[in-house]
Amino acid sequence: MLLKRSARHLRQPTQQPTRPRPGTGLAGRMWRERDMYAFVLPGFLFFVVFAYLPLLGNIAAFQDYSPFLGFGGSTWVGLDNFAAMFTDPAVWDALRNTLVISVLQIVFAFPAPIALALLLNSLISERVKRIMQTIVYLPHFLSWVIVIAIWQAVVGGAGPLADLLAKLGAGHVNVMANPDTFPILVTSQVIWKDVGWGTVIFFAAISAIPPELYESAAADGAGAWRRIWHITLPGLIPVTLLLLILRLGSVLTVGFEQILLQQPAVGAEASQVLDTFVYFRGVVGGDWGLATAAGLLKGIVGTVLIVAANRLAKRSGAEGLF
Amino acid sequence: MTTPLWRERASIPVRALKGVVIAAIIAVMVYPFVYVVLASFGTNNSFKRFGLVPSEFSFEAYGSILSGGVVTRALFVSIGITLVGTALSVFLTATLAYGLSRTREVPGTRAVLYLVLVTMFFAAGIIPTYLLVKGLGLIDSYWSLILPSLVSAFNMVVMRNFFMRLPKELLDAARIDGAGEWQTFLRIVLPLSKAVIAVIALFYAVAYWNSFFNAILYLNDATKWPIQLVLNQYVLQGASLSQIQNPEAPQPPAEAVQMAVVVLSTLPIVIVYPFLQRYFSKGVLTGAVKG
Repeated sequence: MLLKRSARHLRQPTQQPTRPRPGTGLAGRMWRERDMYAFVLPGFLFFVVFAYLPLLGNIAAFQDYSPFLGFGGSTWVGLDNFAAMFTDPAVWDALRNTLVISVLQIVFAFPAPIALALLLNSLISERVKRIMQTIVYLPHFLSWVIVIAIWQAVVGGAGPLADLLAKLGAGHVNVMANPDTFPILVTSQVIWKDVGWGTVIFFAAISAIPPELYESAAADGAGAWRRIWHITLPGLIPVTLLLLILRLGSVLTVGFEQILLQQPAVGAEASQVLDTFVYFRGVVGGDWGLATAAGLLKGIVGTVLIVAANRLAKRSGAEGLF
Repeated sequence: MTTPLWRERASIPVRALKGVVIAAIIAVMVYPFVYVVLASFGTNNSFKRFGLVPSEFSFEAYGSILSGGVVTRALFVSIGITLVGTALSVFLTATLAYGLSRTREVPGTRAVLYLVLVTMFFAAGIIPTYLLVKGLGLIDSYWSLILPSLVSAFNMVVMRNFFMRLPKELLDAARIDGAGEWQTFLRIVLPLSKAVIAVIALFYAVAYWNSFFNAILYLNDATKWPIQLVLNQYVLQGASLSQIQNPEAPQPPAEAVQMAVVVLSTLPIVIVYPFLQRYFSKGVLTGAVKG
């Protein structure tokens, strides 16, 4: 209908423009598209205010910042906050905890979705595959509060696991409150929550592998394992590298919510990570300058790591991120 | 999809092994949910620790927390935040995505696109963001749960990809007919994009429903807490819910009350989940990755 009407419109002799048409110069093009800027403006404003404006707030890292005096009134202290940070044992503890948890997650939680994707992909029954996907995706959409509440109920000190262990004579065990195994607990929770969701991207990568490769390999006598080893796994390398680069960029970031929620149960000694340290020192403790400095340094290290990892990946012939 | 000829059935031991692994995965993923739901219906008599099926069922726990009070109010707060936030987020994401969908023709929009994309790789930090929200006077305001996370760059990219794949002829036809950009957007682009709008709306709704980080940072006033904070306070940190709810009525077991709160806060997710799932396998996500 639209097309018909527009065709009729076209047949009419072109009217003389009543006012001079805007030129083809930049200003003219911008004027002609003025409506489009109205679409961009509100969303862009959001990013300016809530993503870019706070970057300026990092100057608190170089001040003895006081909320009452503001950025203008607070005294400048140069790099004092950074110096104080490096001599604060609490920072080093938080850094160590962060790295221990992060490394555990890169070693165990990162490859888990690849293994699960390979397993589900090897299932012949489409129905079983779909049921499994439905089950393993679900926890991703639950909040950390819910996930930890569920874990608390099942494996906590009053749950069925502790009950079973007590009956077996292991005494009273509460894995939710054990500082020694906290990094393992956190990693297990990450796997439980997100292993299924992580498979989505690997499934996409697997489905992009041309089936002829499998066909000809099978014709040449390659069994299922050989096909996984020589076709599927190499096909997953680019996306794996991409995700690994992203993960390395956030090696100093481990789930803030997840850990904050469990801190009362295990104590700060084992569970204080950089993000929770920044939160408690700054928002709770009012030591704004030092907390900002710690957060800023963390952000800079993350950016440097992501750029370096990307360059390394490119040099080794992979596609890289940017 | 038919199974290709080369995908023969595995040998018996391999199949058995796979079966065991699959069963173990199902058990680990499903048992916790079953346990929580059953425990929420428990009574004082039926509370057996390791059994799956309680001997008697009761709705006391639900009655107790839904009869008004902390949990009921928190549920309403969360519902309100989710509805208002999702509507605003979807609108702003769609308009931004449309505005950035013709970077070739509209000068300056490519730069805006890059500025938005870059935000996927950095965050300003907890403290500077907190100071900004405080500076805007949003502490203890419900807007602090909505405004700081209004638009996600990732969702914007997904929508932009969808808009860019709409047939160009259709949009040109509308323009020749004299439709302005807003008319084109409202009458043609949006109606054709129902699927992607549904997915993005669900993603935002899930995020708002789950919001905990913003709430714990910006809401000091406990009477404004959304359900996730109430869940943390009364289930994880073990504050007693029964006492503040209805002191004189007979109390259902504390475990049942806690589990009922968990069930109620999970319910909306479980309800929208089938709708979500229908869409995201259709390559919405994979389309975005290589955007």
